[in-house]
Amino acid sequence: MKKISKTQPELFEFSPENLKKAEIEINKYPKEKKASAVLALLYLVQEQNNNWIPLAGIKYVAKLLNVPYIKVYEVVTFYSMFNLSPVGKYFVQVCTTTPCMIRGAKKLTDVCKKYISKNQNELSENKICSWIEVECLGACVNAPMMQINQDYFEDLDESKTTEIIEKLLKDEFPTPGSATGRKNNSPEKGKTTLIEVKNA
Amino acid sequence: MPKITVNNKEVEFEEGMTVLQACELAGAEIPRFCYHERLSIAGNCRMCLVEMEKSAKPIASCAMPAADGMKIKTNTPFVDKARKGVMEFLLANHPLDCPVCDQGGECDLQDQSLFYGFDNSRYKENKRQVKEKYMGPLIKTQMTRCIHCTRCIRFATEVAGIPELGAIGRGEDTEITTYLEKSMESELSANVIDLCPVGALTSKPYAFEARPWDLKKTETIDVMDAIGSNIRVDTYGWEVKRVLPRVNEDINEEWISDKTRYACDGLLKQRIDSPYIREQGRLQKASWDEALKLLISKLKIYKPEEIAGIVGDLADLEMIYSFKSFFNKSLGSTNLECREDKIYINPKERMNYIFNSSIKGIEESDFILLVGTNPRLEATILNARIRKAYLKNKTKIYSICNPGDLTYPYESLGSSTHVIKEIESGQHEIFKKIKKSKKPIVIIGESALQGNSGAYVFETLKSFLLNNNFIRKDWKALNILSQNASKVGAIDLGFYSISNKNNFIFFDKLANDDFKFIYLLGADNINFEKKDKFIVYQGSHGDKGAEIADIILPGAAYTEKNGLFINLEGKLQNAYKASYPPGDAREDWIILKDIANMIKKPLGYNNVNKLRELIKKEIELEKNVDFDHTSQMNFVEKNISINPVDYYYTNVIARSSKVMNECKQLSKKLLFTGIEKAV
Amino acid sequence: MLKDEDRIFKNLYNDLGWEIDSAIKRGDWFQTKDIISKGKDFIIKEIKNSELRGRGGAGFPTGLKLSFAPKEVGSRPHYLVINADESEPGTCKDRDILRFEPQKLIEGCLITSYAISAHTCYIYIRGEYFREGQRLQKAIDEAYEKNFLGKNACGSGWDLDIYLHYGAGAYICGEETALLESLEGNKGLPRLKPPFPALVGLYGCPTIVNNVETVAVIPTILKKGAKWFSSLGKPKNTGTKIFCISGNVNNPCNVEEEMGIPLKDLIEKHAGGVVGGWNNLQAVIPGGSSMPLLPKKLCDTITMDFDSLVKAKSGLGTAGVIVINKDQDIIKCMARIARFYKHESCGQCTPCREGCGWMWRILERMANGDATYKEIDLLQDVTKQIEGHTICAFGEGSAWPVQGLIRHFRKEIEKRCHEEPLVKKKANIPYLIDQHLLEKDSA
Ligand SMILES: Cc1cc2nc3c(=O)[nH]c(=O)nc-3n(C[C@H](O)[C@H](O)[C@H](O)COP(=O)(O)O)c2cc1C
Ligand code: SF4
Ligand code: FES
Repeated sequence: MKKISKTQPELFEFSPENLKKAEIEINKYPKEKKASAVLALLYLVQEQNNNWIPLAGIKYVAKLLNVPYIKVYEVVTFYSMFNLSPVGKYFVQVCTTTPCMIRGAKKLTDVCKKYISKNQNELSENKICSWIEVECLGACVNAPMMQINQDYFEDLDESKTTEIIEKLLKDEFPTPGSATGRKNNSPEKGKTTLIEVKNA
Repeated sequence: MPKITVNNKEVEFEEGMTVLQACELAGAEIPRFCYHERLSIAGNCRMCLVEMEKSAKPIASCAMPAADGMKIKTNTPFVDKARKGVMEFLLANHPLDCPVCDQGGECDLQDQSLFYGFDNSRYKENKRQVKEKYMGPLIKTQMTRCIHCTRCIRFATEVAGIPELGAIGRGEDTEITTYLEKSMESELSANVIDLCPVGALTSKPYAFEARPWDLKKTETIDVMDAIGSNIRVDTYGWEVKRVLPRVNEDINEEWISDKTRYACDGLLKQRIDSPYIREQGRLQKASWDEALKLLISKLKIYKPEEIAGIVGDLADLEMIYSFKSFFNKSLGSTNLECREDKIYINPKERMNYIFNSSIKGIEESDFILLVGTNPRLEATILNARIRKAYLKNKTKIYSICNPGDLTYPYESLGSSTHVIKEIESGQHEIFKKIKKSKKPIVIIGESALQGNSGAYVFETLKSFLLNNNFIRKDWKALNILSQNASKVGAIDLGFYSISNKNNFIFFDKLANDDFKFIYLLGADNINFEKKDKFIVYQGSHGDKGAEIADIILPGAAYTEKNGLFINLEGKLQNAYKASYPPGDAREDWIILKDIANMIKKPLGYNNVNKLRELIKKEIELEKNVDFDHTSQMNFVEKNISINPVDYYYTNVIARSSKVMNECKQLSKKLLFTGIEKAV
Repeated sequence: MLKDEDRIFKNLYNDLGWEIDSAIKRGDWFQTKDIISKGKDFIIKEIKNSELRGRGGAGFPTGLKLSFAPKEVGSRPHYLVINADESEPGTCKDRDILRFEPQKLIEGCLITSYAISAHTCYIYIRGEYFREGQRLQKAIDEAYEKNFLGKNACGSGWDLDIYLHYGAGAYICGEETALLESLEGNKGLPRLKPPFPALVGLYGCPTIVNNVETVAVIPTILKKGAKWFSSLGKPKNTGTKIFCISGNVNNPCNVEEEMGIPLKDLIEKHAGGVVGGWNNLQAVIPGGSSMPLLPKKLCDTITMDFDSLVKAKSGLGTAGVIVINKDQDIIKCMARIARFYKHESCGQCTPCREGCGWMWRILERMANGDATYKEIDLLQDVTKQIEGHTICAFGEGSAWPVQGLIRHFRKEIEKRCHEEPLVKKKANIPYLIDQHLLEKDSA
């Protein structure tokens, strides 16, 4: 069960820009089905509130969409991407599911333990980074990999991960993508298909 | 009709039934945890698995619509194995704490495990521990025992209409809770205790009080409101330990309000267990002999016109009838009243003061107009039916006055009596909507009948409905929502004082100090100044009435005697004795009969059978009240306002109850779930 | 090997550019209007003839599914929902379509929406694919700009709006009814079936849910013809498929190949072979984590299509091929998969909620050598008690991998198990059920 932060802001309200974004989201769905936008709005709350959702945000979304608090609360605790207590400015999520595991995901978590914090969901000493283990992020061909905030970092190994984390701790955002410089999901040592394709 | 074959036996079933229901028709019992007839289908416990021909997997019978020609087996090894598997999973993380669990003896899981459980556990991992959740003063939780059937959530969302329970988290970490563990706000909340098939939600006030097999069970009637919910009272010796609902499809289905269930601890407190006499301003214990002698000597002083009798909200017909004949025959007085306030009545026809559409009839209606009433607080169970109608038929609901959250959406039409005038004259927008409806219902609350505009409201609406053929043989749209268990019976028995010109003579005389001797029969809710009046209070609890009394006579409470009650629909029901009156307290009609005998003006009956015969005759008698309502129909401009209902404190028993007091304190500072009321 | 000209996703590696103009050069949006003008029946019939089977995992015939949508639109609108939740471990094919071939998907949405009379299409994309979602949104915007979407989309006379909806980290939302619940703003709890979404789906309206890849290949099928598509692969297992080859191979990659390609070819030709050589192969999970693994012996000859794999008691699933070589602890690998299912179970139905955690815990103990022989059968029983007893196919998905492990690696497990402590030590404390825990210290 997710832990709810002990310190909570009194109030939450969308910034004018986010309110506009929220409206766009709500308008995606039929008028009387506003509740559909709950995930989208919770993302906006999370974005506006340093990557975690305060209780006031739950209430705010509930009122905006005209659904009971408990429903939003259910949703927030069901989906793993919502944080109910503060996480680092750089939120590192290491995939440790089997495809990544057999390609050495443990080394990645070891690096995180060593450089960020001993336990998951703990802030680094300089308070800007935290990490967790997550389930398959859907980039298995580029295993092992991790997600930092919105971006995927792929084809990692111990030293590449260390480099990335060290950058983060210096408050720099490293370049996402494959660490070996390989092109997307193509075979590392040369394509076997689509050799001569070009746009007609 | 379509046919289904269950265990080689062919049965006919109704379109729309599920396989589970069809199996029951065929006499095959199906174990279940999540399924409940009155809730939506969740199909998540998987206990009801059966074998269906041509299906490789067993199917959840509760969720599968029955179809013509289906072949179902419920007793094969295949089915047995599937259910045993489910049972093993259910027990895997369920604590084995039956000996200390209040549900023990009434636990579905315990019962089913006899059939489908293994004799030892193969689950060697640590069992899951779930923190208990606060849900208020009524519900005790032990969430480790929860089997996630979601009945409680579905009840709160669907029947109670306040979506305040939910399952948070997911997978094996799923937990049932209210939003941040706030207490439940529904007046029907405690029904989740009955619904919970295990001991996860149990009764807090009843915690560790008794084991079900030690209790004496009496099936009877509730008196906390005018609904007449069917209940079962469980007693241990004198003490009423708990109140549970009984099924009555016409009235309360199988729900009861929290007040009905939990006011019962008020039966043990504040009880009057001996007569009292006021001496030099202070009440002193006395013997029956002393008290009655004093009473008789006082009676001789006053003239019949100076003597008045008021009957209270919890009185049964035996009390009312005896009280009336005692006044009419023995004392020669006709100053009788059952109303607590100036609420207009027109007793000319029975239809004028009952809920004609019937509670069950609400489900059929396609238009509901509430007039000055908050049914959620005045008649919780009836309100649940309105919600059911709303869910089932999308019935449109309108209200004159704004009663607040009723658990279903309604449109408020303002509160002025003008609205009624406009409806009658066809000017109001909803005029057309009523006209178009087939089975409209107009529910007039006591607040709408109050004061000088009451007559206009009632008579105008009635004549409107009559003129538009909404009061006919098969459908009567006119409904009065009474708030007291004794009200309809008292009017049936003529326990009121009205004249053609003045519906409130009694109240005027009372205010005028015309009465010098007032006999309060369990009447605590009427407001008047005592001054130099001599007051007799006969009743069960030391409350407002007893406080001002000069003589107190101890009577029996509703669980302590057999009695007849007429509910707001006009249904006559029997309440049965579950316990006995404490100390020297006696049944009320016997007290009255004895006084009459002592003053040598007997009531004419000496046993309860004879009394009941007379009562029934009186009720069935064609009403022949001399009352002319036409003079009362002049328009009175007024804003109708709904009298606030102090829900947990409406009668002496509830006011004596510690549990109700706790609820009342809590409801004041409740965090509401509702959207607009949110804090 | 499949010829490049027969590959549908020519920009799988983004050699050519994802923007709409390059997509148009590759043939997207070509003759779309003409295809639509041939009518719904033609389109559905052509898809039926192509024998296309759903690429989302279950392999349900797509043409048949489309034909389930009511012919006439009643009072309730129809919806097309694209399942881009791709969360099955070992699978990352939809991701490449979303970011490199979005126009194929969008064009597919238009044609499919038309075929089922939907004017609104939602694409449910997993929340973690934030960048892919942004890309897709750009592609949708581009398509709107060119009037390929919106009113009279692509001049076809059909109106279509496409909206993107992000999930938020729940594998179960890939299950189509859970996905619909999630779209409605609820927890992703799978619904009871019947009724099926084709009649009662999103907002209670007729809804067709299809996988990204399924819909993205539809335009090409209609352009090149059902005959072309069905000539590829094997009967009933036609066409091409994107395979994701991950795990212990030298060159993990995504590749579009013909259905029915031998697994060995796939691994050796495209993925650079097993790390340590083919003989170092231990097992392969052929279709994403839900499918039972195949030991090396079977891998030597198996072909990658729905029916052959079912015959081998596994399945093609999402065609996420996870290769496990002998350097790995196979029990640990499966224990990790069991943990995944424990973490992702929605928790509404009993067998899955209670069973997944149980399986995981037993497997962990087995991997650590803390289990007894007896528990192998117990574990098998638990999987059997889950399988087929749940609301959705997650139950099977969690039970099958474990069954596969027991089926093919029982000896491996037995090696680490030991006797019941009571038997071994003749201890006489029969009421102490946690003996196995004591055992660890004294062993
Ligand atoms: C537990 C579970 C997870 C699933 N996850 C996905 C998924 O991530 N993506 C997907 O396309 N289909 C997934 N499916 C399959 C869908 O339920 C559904 O069959 C599919 O979207 C249908 O599309 P298709 O006919 O194009 O294959 C999943 C099914 C189950 C039971
Ligand atoms: S099988 Fe699992 S995931 Fe599917 S409905 Fe049941 S609990 Fe949820
Ligand atoms: S009673 Fe059918 S699944 Fe629970």
